[in-house]
Amino acid sequence: MNINIINIERVAKIYQVGSEEVHALADVSLKINENEYVAIMGPSGSGKSTLMNILGCLDTPTRGLYEFTGVSVSNMSDNELAEIRNKKIGFVFQTFNLLPRSDALHNVELPLIYAGMPNAKRKERARLALEKVGLADRVDHKPNELSGGQRQRVAIARALVTDPAIILADEPTGNLDTKTGEDIMTLFAELNKQGNTIILVTHEEYIAKHAERIIRIRDGLIESDTRISGRIIPNGDSMLAP
Amino acid sequence: MKNYLFEIKEGLLISLKAIRANKVRSVLTTLGIIIGVWAVVTMSTAIKGIDISFQEGVSSLGSDNLYIDKWSWFNNDIPWWELRNRKNLTMEEFRKYKEAAKLPLAVAPTMGTRQTIKYEENSVDFLIILGTNADYIKTTNLDFSDGRFFNELESAGSRNVIVLGSEIAKKLFPRGDAVDNYIKIKGRKLKVVGVLKEQGSWVMGDFNPDNQAFIPIGFLFKYFTRENWGTITINVRAPNSQSIEAVKEEAIGIMRRVRGLKYDEINDFSVNQQEGLLGEIDKSVGVIQVAGFFITGLSLFVGAIGIMNIMFVSVKERTKEIGIRKAIGAKKRTILGQFISESAIICLLGGFIGLLFAMLTALIINQFLPTVIQADSVILAIVISLLTGVFSGLAPAYTAAKMDPVDALRYE
Repeated sequence: MNINIINIERVAKIYQVGSEEVHALADVSLKINENEYVAIMGPSGSGKSTLMNILGCLDTPTRGLYEFTGVSVSNMSDNELAEIRNKKIGFVFQTFNLLPRSDALHNVELPLIYAGMPNAKRKERARLALEKVGLADRVDHKPNELSGGQRQRVAIARALVTDPAIILADEPTGNLDTKTGEDIMTLFAELNKQGNTIILVTHEEYIAKHAERIIRIRDGLIESDTRISGRIIPNGDSMLAP
Repeated sequence: MKNYLFEIKEGLLISLKAIRANKVRSVLTTLGIIIGVWAVVTMSTAIKGIDISFQEGVSSLGSDNLYIDKWSWFNNDIPWWELRNRKNLTMEEFRKYKEAAKLPLAVAPTMGTRQTIKYEENSVDFLIILGTNADYIKTTNLDFSDGRFFNELESAGSRNVIVLGSEIAKKLFPRGDAVDNYIKIKGRKLKVVGVLKEQGSWVMGDFNPDNQAFIPIGFLFKYFTRENWGTITINVRAPNSQSIEAVKEEAIGIMRRVRGLKYDEINDFSVNQQEGLLGEIDKSVGVIQVAGFFITGLSLFVGAIGIMNIMFVSVKERTKEIGIRKAIGAKKRTILGQFISESAIICLLGGFIGLLFAMLTALIINQFLPTVIQADSVILAIVISLLTGVFSGLAPAYTAAKMDPVDALRYE
């Protein structure tokens, strides 16, 4: 039942700044299982971004072991990492990070293009993903024709479209107003209920409490790792298609 | 293999999307290549035209011709003062040569003078009036658009008749009614008996028959110049190009005899040949070609640098985009391919636009030079623009491909 997806052991990330060594991550060990909903919290400079980059295979640790879905990725090449990101990780960013001049459909389609899926099939998949986040009628809109919440939902559709092992969301509500943010959190909760593994990186206590487990980072170390008792069940408008 | 083709196809589609999304920048980028290709194709078209034009001009004079002359056209071995000290060729010598020569198809004496020619209000200044005899026409390939050349009787009688080149006729008689009208040279009236068909080769300049007029040589000596003031040239036409060497040998033999040269004396005349002229033309066309391609090559190179520059700016400006693409799984070679094909497509588009401009320019050039754009210069333009695109996209694309996704995503 508890299939392990992420297993990092004694991971450290050290940057060389001039003659000084900066330990962005000092010594972190952590396991995340399938269908978990985890929030990673910490003030800026705590190393949470570094941890997120490593978890998202955007970066590799200086030392330590990282097993992702049972495969060691610590020593993978850039291209192998690109393939892992493409097939197994869905990113959702604070600033949405959509291609500004491409419409919603093309944005969602992009990971499938890189995965080498034929045109007709990937258009179909992208359309389904957009439908799932409630944007079926916005497929040909460009990002600047969409509201913040809609943009973030396009980004979530893009993250979902490859059917990844984890969804990694970095401050997904940071650029949204409270109401829209609540809607997005509702979407995450529903996706989690459908079996997706979600890792949420945030510095907001309230947002973090939507998860079922909170990992707190400080000074490159895990300060605490707790299951939440008073979890917030979002009451935003559900827009997930059944 | 199939996967590879798929990647190329998708890369091209992504590039096309990116180009469409950045229209203004793409157009500016192409400008360098548009101008470069335009220059290269126009250059090669013009050179081809000059070449054809020279050839046509020369053949209108007759390609089987020899010219017995005091002067040598191309011989640089004889110092010019020696040429100057040679005796002038005279009509007497021409008559002796004509009598003795068995091989030529036709021979005719010519002497030129520059005069102003007038008809009513119209006049043409300082044009070459060639005095010759009725046989002259048989030594050339000239045709008539109207009338005829002056005949035996008229030339023997030094009559006041004249044949006009097409340009002269156009200037004096805009309505085209030259024949049978009288023009005036130095107050003398001459009757126009014929107008030549247009030769259309401006490269020969004043020596183009279009810009000349022909009168009986006797009339020329009587009113415009004196026989002993200059030398005549004897135009000799060989029956065909195989016999030209024999005709030349015979001419040298006869002329030595006529002039009474001893066996150890060198020729004090020259027998000139078109072959030399063609050789000279090839030489100067070659020089134009090298210079032209150097200059246009330079403009292409500058264009390529411009494209590289803009591609670098584009990569920098799209750092975030590159970060996004990498985050969602674009590999190094995918990014590399995207930017190289972007630059190649932009250059190719520029190449086609440049080609279009060159075709329009060729239409204009065609007014002066007989030429069209050659298939090889079209292929050249396409290959050049494609290569320029790949070459100038290489370094910027590599910069993009090796970006760190974390840094690129953080870039604002």
